[in-house]
Amino acid sequence: MSAREEVLSRIRTALGERRPDVVVPRDYRTADERPAEQLREVLVDRLEDYKASVLHCGPDEVGATVAAALDTGLGAGWDPASVVVAPGVPAGWRPEGATEDDARPAVELAAFAATLTGVAVAIAETGTLVLDGSPLSGRRAVSLLPDCLVCVVEAGQVVGSVPEALPRLDPNAPLTMISGPSATSDIELQRVEGVHGPRTLVVVLVS
Amino acid sequence: MRVALFATCLVDTVAPQVAMATARLLERLGHEVVVPPGQACCGQMHVNTGYRREAVPIVANHVRAFAGAEVVVSPSGSCVASIHHQQAMVLRRAGEEGLAAEAEALAERTHELSQFLVDVLGVTDVGAYYPHRVTYHPTCHSLRLLRVGDRPLQLLRAVRGLDLVELPAAEQCCGFGGTFSIKNSDTSTAMLTDKMANVLSTHAEVCTAGDASCLMHIGGGLSRLRSGTRTVHLAEILASTEDAVSPQQTTRPAVSA
Amino acid sequence: MTTAPERPAPTPLAPGAPRSGTTFLGLPTAPRGVGHLRGDRSFPDAARDALRDGQLRANLGHATSTIRAKRAKVVGEVPDWEELRQAGKALKQSTMARLDELLVQLEDQVTARGGTVHWARDADEANAIVTRLVQATGADEVVKVKSMATQEIGLNEALEAAGITAHETDLAELIVQLGDDAPSHILVPAIHKNRAEIREIFLRTMPQFQGPDADRDLPDEPRRLAMAARTHLRERFLRARVAISGANFAVAETGTLAVVESEGNGRMCLTLPQTLITVMGIEKLVPTWRDLEVFLQLLPRSSTGERMNPYTSTWAGVTPGDGPQEFHLVLLDNGRTAVLADEVGREALHCIRCSACLNVCPVYERTGGHSYGSVYPGPIGAVLSPQLTGVEDNASLPYASSLCGACYDACPVAIDIPSILVHLRAEHVEAQERTTPEAVAFRALSKAMSHPRLWRLTQRAAGLGRLLARGKPTLPPVLPPPVSGWTRSRDLPTPPRETFTQAWAREHGR
Repeated sequence: MSAREEVLSRIRTALGERRPDVVVPRDYRTADERPAEQLREVLVDRLEDYKASVLHCGPDEVGATVAAALDTGLGAGWDPASVVVAPGVPAGWRPEGATEDDARPAVELAAFAATLTGVAVAIAETGTLVLDGSPLSGRRAVSLLPDCLVCVVEAGQVVGSVPEALPRLDPNAPLTMISGPSATSDIELQRVEGVHGPRTLVVVLVS
Repeated sequence: MRVALFATCLVDTVAPQVAMATARLLERLGHEVVVPPGQACCGQMHVNTGYRREAVPIVANHVRAFAGAEVVVSPSGSCVASIHHQQAMVLRRAGEEGLAAEAEALAERTHELSQFLVDVLGVTDVGAYYPHRVTYHPTCHSLRLLRVGDRPLQLLRAVRGLDLVELPAAEQCCGFGGTFSIKNSDTSTAMLTDKMANVLSTHAEVCTAGDASCLMHIGGGLSRLRSGTRTVHLAEILASTEDAVSPQQTTRPAVSA
Repeated sequence: MTTAPERPAPTPLAPGAPRSGTTFLGLPTAPRGVGHLRGDRSFPDAARDALRDGQLRANLGHATSTIRAKRAKVVGEVPDWEELRQAGKALKQSTMARLDELLVQLEDQVTARGGTVHWARDADEANAIVTRLVQATGADEVVKVKSMATQEIGLNEALEAAGITAHETDLAELIVQLGDDAPSHILVPAIHKNRAEIREIFLRTMPQFQGPDADRDLPDEPRRLAMAARTHLRERFLRARVAISGANFAVAETGTLAVVESEGNGRMCLTLPQTLITVMGIEKLVPTWRDLEVFLQLLPRSSTGERMNPYTSTWAGVTPGDGPQEFHLVLLDNGRTAVLADEVGREALHCIRCSACLNVCPVYERTGGHSYGSVYPGPIGAVLSPQLTGVEDNASLPYASSLCGACYDACPVAIDIPSILVHLRAEHVEAQERTTPEAVAFRALSKAMSHPRLWRLTQRAAGLGRLLARGKPTLPPVLPPPVSGWTRSRDLPTPPRETFTQAWAREHGR
């Protein structure tokens, strides 16, 4: 018998004939009814609590705010060529002279100082940004290797809770849920920010 | 109300003053107390040590002994929790379906002392007088299985003369755990040491709780240290009045007879 | 002690049926001689030494009290925590009830998306599969995401025997690996080490601090220590061709795998190498994509005490142009089906490895994880390890608990750990072929406690303990075993002259 057949047969033996019919209670909250403005406030509070920086702007000011975000993350005088942008990022958001990600080997992205991407959805209650591998979010390595990550979150992308976010996402896409800069609690269970992922996370929140 | 008192094997044998205090208290509140003579043990120690088959006749005896009781009260959170959560399960596993149903019905009528006073009788001021500095340890089974919550504290706050001091890290186990205290006596002692450190930090004269077993453990440690802080069951405090401290109540350190 | 009265009564097993050793209902338990599920000492023996280690006690006390406070705060923020908990429990129950169907569905989905699924009956088979897969790539080193399953089967040792170096990349696993130590916690394997000890390990072992020109300026601040790990691993991530991971969840409906982490080492491993091999216990399934909405709320708050962990990665098979282009999923039994056969004990398979039960356990807090002898320590380990190995191979673990119930309260999927502990104690007792002195005593007591007249006689005999006390209020501090376990550190009261029932009968004229 193959290992597959044997493991499946063991499961059938273990469960026997009487298999319980389990009803899953779904009486937990599946929607956050708070108005959009309040959800944005919660999102900002949670992002900042986990040491991300948040900059606010109107739809026409994204480009300038991204530049300010890079000032925050890299310090003034950064080199636009050291910023890599996901291929689907609108032209108006990009710093002039920034590099667009292409099919280069992923490890070469480590040479960049900062990354600019959009997001697929943002979850207010947990301060989470979800990137979905689309042209706007970029492939996974692009938001991982450079040390500073700038994400633009548009107004319609903010939901209240995790149950509202999952239906908006493709389960077959390579998703990355990001809540603050990379961190660890492995030393005395005290959280410190900045390990292997980007040590700086700046969020541009568009109203 | 006619109340059947389940003393528990431990209280009956080594801490009779706790059952006597429970009876005096209930009588003082105007109830008739009966002590079914066939009672012995709820079976918890056997079940929790792995002797669930051997627990079956013990549980059967308990169900028989209290068969006629309208309401049963016991001064032990742990034993009442076993009656509520273990007895029927043990009987069912042994195929004793009919007895299991009786055990369930009996569990419905069985109450831990503080829950009986507050929930069934609706009293928090039982007219007690106890002029001592006291700290309260919520025992694990009364806290997490019976969910007695702050009922014992409500009762203690209403006792005249009693100076109630909060116990730090109160919800941490004292390390008793039945046969755990013997099979893992080193770990149990480590837990007890921390519990005693917290009790002693309150400078209380008396550490109280709703379980004689945990109190025997904490009291045994405090006595070994010659600490002078003694353990007194909640029932003994509630039974005390201006006229008389509860019968046989100890005023000596910890575990004196 | 149980608090789940609605649970159906388990079918009684035939007396004398083999429950230990290698099979449970004919289903094999995890094999001996491979992996890390068995200790070489009993829990009380190992704990005795750990309890004397003052530094360990201080480190554990500090770490567990920190995480308990953080968890309590973020769990308290969630108004529907109990509803989520009950949903999580039911989801796991429903998964177990259809485990065979769901595994086949997962296999179909992963395969359809370009992945390859392998099945492993036990640790040896899983190790052989992974070794073969790594060898096929030609690589002689791999980077690893922290994974309990690969710790359980001893994969690193198996790879090493085949000449393949495994680099652990989780900070705590790295500390354990560099310190030539063993993990002592599910989430934070180096919880038993403090910052000063970690600094010493890093200075001693990391190449960046060796040599005459090395800058050995490393303060013991956690942030600086994390930076040192970043430097140490950066180049290894960039050159790695093969990564090995575990999985927190696998969605049967969509073939999606999920890894929940904090540092970004997981993302590095899941993203940069050409080949990804994931080893996953067969119980890690959830039926549908939607079900993750429950577990992604329960897990981070219970484990690191965060609203959400910094990074969660999900993937299904292979994505062209993004991440590994070769993906293998190894489905591991290694005793899990034997656990599934026990209607009470199978609830231990619901565990999502958050480690909340460890952090609240008064026993774990004092003895640490190594005392349990298995990669699964603490309350969940005390119910999982003996079931995976057969209870006789970990016979002391079900007793390593005072049954205080703090674990059950903290468990995000409401596993009734105390009830399973009690159940396993009975399995152990009932598996004994020889009559132990303890069994003789408990049987005699059972007889006495079920016959009132015999019980009164027994109580009177106990009262004779007064003779030992010679008029003192306590019994002598030196009594023979097993009572010596008590009297070494606690007094025993001298039994009273009269029991309560005697006194009552006397007063009431019976």
